[in-house]
Amino acid sequence: MSEKLSIVLFSGTVDKLMAASIIASGAAAMQKEVTIFATFYGLFALRKGDWKQNRRISKDCEDYGAQFLQVLEAKKAPNWLETLQSAMDIGNVKVKACGLTMDLLSIKLEDLEPIVSEIVGVAHFVEEASDGQIIFL
Amino acid sequence: MDGIKITKESDARGSFCPGPLMEMIRLVRSAKVGDVVAVISGDEGSKKDIPAWIQKARYELVGMEEVTAGATRILCRKNH
Repeated sequence: MSEKLSIVLFSGTVDKLMAASIIASGAAAMQKEVTIFATFYGLFALRKGDWKQNRRISKDCEDYGAQFLQVLEAKKAPNWLETLQSAMDIGNVKVKACGLTMDLLSIKLEDLEPIVSEIVGVAHFVEEASDGQIIFL
Repeated sequence: MDGIKITKESDARGSFCPGPLMEMIRLVRSAKVGDVVAVISGDEGSKKDIPAWIQKARYELVGMEEVTAGATRILCRKNH
């Protein structure tokens, strides 16, 4: 059985989304089984088309926020969704949606980017992640 | 890398981490067993990243060479 890396994607800011997608890419390349559990703001950011206007920056990084976004644009860095899609192309990466957030916001699976494969509860996630590393972002 | 025939090469300069590695993975996947493929990267991290992947995937790192200042060509043989 391959090693696992699970990411709890709680934040919906560009900085955290990039971090999550880049770590997921590296882990996928190194043949780990990657699960991203998108919850709360992380799930908001996965609503269809949200990435196009998402310029949100984490509060603790806001001093650098404008500069960060500007550099990403100027250097034409791929956006986090593209990075995540290429991680899925080369390896085993699954994105799962948190059932609670879906219920609270009345979101359906079809309202989310197609990279999200299914809706799961927290117990499912914890159980699946239990024999691997977990990163909270 | 005299005498080594590169079947396919991708110039990934201008691509950011993990872009050059992703490019290497795609090239190796599309190559035939025995082929040598190469990626040119301007990302300093690639010099550690791509060999780490090659080792993990049990392919062969044929070599690395400086192409221009700050750009490295990394060669991988798809040996299985």
